[in-house]
Amino acid sequence: MKKEKLIITIFLLLLVAPIFLSEFRLNLLGKYVSFGIAALAIDLLWGYTGILSLGHAVFFGLGGYCMGAYIKLQTETLPDFMMWCGMTELPWFWKPFQYFWFALPMAIILPIFISLLIGIPTFRVGIKGVYFTILTQALALIFVTFFIGQQLYTGGTNGITNLQSILGFSLSDTKVMQVIYLITVVILIISFLFCRFLVKSNLGRTLIAIRDSENRLKFLGYNPMTYKLFVFAVSAGLAGLAGALFVPQVGIISPSLMGILPSVEMAIWVAVGGRGNLKGAIIGAIVVNFAKSFFSETFPEIWLYFFGLLFVLVVLLFPKGIMGIINNMVNKLKIIKKNRIIHAKADC
Amino acid sequence: MKKKILSLMFLVVFAVSFVSIQSGFAKDKEPIKVGILHSLSGTMSISEVSVKDGELLAIEEINANGGVLGRKIVPVIEDGASDWPTFAEKAKKLILKDKVDVVFGCWTSASRKAVLPVFEKYDHLLFYPVQYEGLEASKNIIYTGATANQQIMPGVEWLLKNGYKKMYLLGSDYVFPRTANLIVKAQLKAEGGILVGEEYTPLGHTEYSTIINKIKAAKPDVVFSSLNGDSNVAFFKQLRAAGITAEQIPTMSVSIAEDEIRGIGAENLIGHFAVWNYFMSMDTPNNKPFVKRYKKRFGQDRVTDDPIEANYFGVYLWAKAVEQAGTTELDAVRESLKGLTFDAPEGLVMIDPTNNHTWKVVQVGKVNAEGQFDILYTSDKWVKPDPYPPLVSNKVVIEPGKVVEIKK
Repeated sequence: MKKEKLIITIFLLLLVAPIFLSEFRLNLLGKYVSFGIAALAIDLLWGYTGILSLGHAVFFGLGGYCMGAYIKLQTETLPDFMMWCGMTELPWFWKPFQYFWFALPMAIILPIFISLLIGIPTFRVGIKGVYFTILTQALALIFVTFFIGQQLYTGGTNGITNLQSILGFSLSDTKVMQVIYLITVVILIISFLFCRFLVKSNLGRTLIAIRDSENRLKFLGYNPMTYKLFVFAVSAGLAGLAGALFVPQVGIISPSLMGILPSVEMAIWVAVGGRGNLKGAIIGAIVVNFAKSFFSETFPEIWLYFFGLLFVLVVLLFPKGIMGIINNMVNKLKIIKKNRIIHAKADC
Repeated sequence: MKKKILSLMFLVVFAVSFVSIQSGFAKDKEPIKVGILHSLSGTMSISEVSVKDGELLAIEEINANGGVLGRKIVPVIEDGASDWPTFAEKAKKLILKDKVDVVFGCWTSASRKAVLPVFEKYDHLLFYPVQYEGLEASKNIIYTGATANQQIMPGVEWLLKNGYKKMYLLGSDYVFPRTANLIVKAQLKAEGGILVGEEYTPLGHTEYSTIINKIKAAKPDVVFSSLNGDSNVAFFKQLRAAGITAEQIPTMSVSIAEDEIRGIGAENLIGHFAVWNYFMSMDTPNNKPFVKRYKKRFGQDRVTDDPIEANYFGVYLWAKAVEQAGTTELDAVRESLKGLTFDAPEGLVMIDPTNNHTWKVVQVGKVNAEGQFDILYTSDKWVKPDPYPPLVSNKVVIEPGKVVEIKK
């Protein structure tokens, strides 16, 4: 219980944030929280199973597009970009997205489907390590090119914009945005508990075993492929869910959110937070994105340098990320306390 | 005794300052905050940084002349980072946190489409400086760039009149070129041109040998190009390497201005055409001093071009509207912007009272060895902006933000 103090404090702070944050800041925080869910997804895959995916923004983006399509169809029977391209009727695969009960599950199912499509052939032939990572990068590139090329169906580089209402509630209403924010936080907490349950179970131990020594695990009679597929799919679904929560808060989804750059950024959040640590992933996502907003607002013309410097420093000085720093401090405190107790005893 | 006098003086000072705050005196002298939102990093920064500089120059000049309503203009600069969701976030920040009175910004249609809902949601005002595809007329945007009928259509008309009948359409694959070519095709049909090919490449595409072969085979009189960004460098270099000169097959570009020529290299572009509303080489009374000031402020190697000029005068138009309204209050400013004129470097311009676009003159130029344009044609008269050209649309704007369908 004591160990969880930190994360409980963070969750409580996130839950009461609407009371003391302005509309604009709360909106930003909501975005960071949805990124936190995506970071959990990466941590599960990279931190615990040792599989680095640099294409996770694809899953995030797919989830976002599903939700974006739903919200778009709430106010426009034929999306504006289709009209510009000379379409007169909604294509058949767009039609079911007008229903929330279809769009939201699809935001999770579609990424899972794609992850299995990639995962089954690659894991079966034993592609792993850096080769798998390169493959996921290619995936990101393919999806971006595809989504830009299919302007007629996806909105091209513009993406889907001008999102107005969800389930009949207007997205320009401050109250509605607060509720969406709170829902996002609650889903973050549920995702966290779910991931924690996974990594603490036997399955989680197997995942860590895959990370640390896959061959030994094979000799013990396990088939790592099933586990890897499972965790890849869960991770993809979680990223999709994060994307679906991101869209109503930011009000736009475009291919620039599913490319290589955002994919790498996602891995960076986890690296900064401390991988192999679920709390770290959430903290990393929030801290890095806060820093991004802060630097770009304060130094709009040279903020990228500060941002880059921050990454270099964290990786060089604190390879275990923010959680590494916190754990170090806690350990030192413990030693000091212990020494005091010993001294106190000695005094008696 | 001294103490008493001193405390009395304090009291007076206190009272005066209190009254002046109450009467709003202090507030009137507060600077006016305006937002500037462009990509200062990422792929679009080569174009957008120059536009930002143009806006800053206008602000500095206005401040040097006493500001607006006796108040100084203070720019709040944000980086859209060539990323559309970031544009939306920063627009929100400028409106909600900085509480700016107006925003000047954007370049790509994608970034404008991303911030449009934000400006409409908070009922705010954006000055957008770039020519674009049209089919939009928000009451929250003042469009200081050209609409299709102020750039693309007169460009095609000029080509047809000068004997360039067979046209090959080449564009980047996104909404502006697609819509532009939709209009061009309709125009060719109506005015007796011949379409011999149409091709789109993704933004950032650099391999044009196949397309150049297709162009060679199709033997067009002219290539009408709406390529954007880096692709232009590759296309024009490869075109020249393939031995096609502007005398054989010229191109007419709608996205290459003086700033882009610097990047592509004038030697690759000599003899090719472009159509704009402003050229740096224009001989108007206001242009020469403007170019001189811009160069003096940002460097002798810098050039001015259409979008830079468009939001340079955009800032002046807004300042004039505020002066006239006597307040920065949005509805009043919007009202006084209607039909407002300004003597810009390109000549007199006017904001259309119904559709928020700008009345301006159209010109065709030919690239010379110095990377400047020799002006071949000018419409002399204002061309009325029409964001919904009847060739491709059955809609009309009846007042800012209100578009209705007309039955034929």
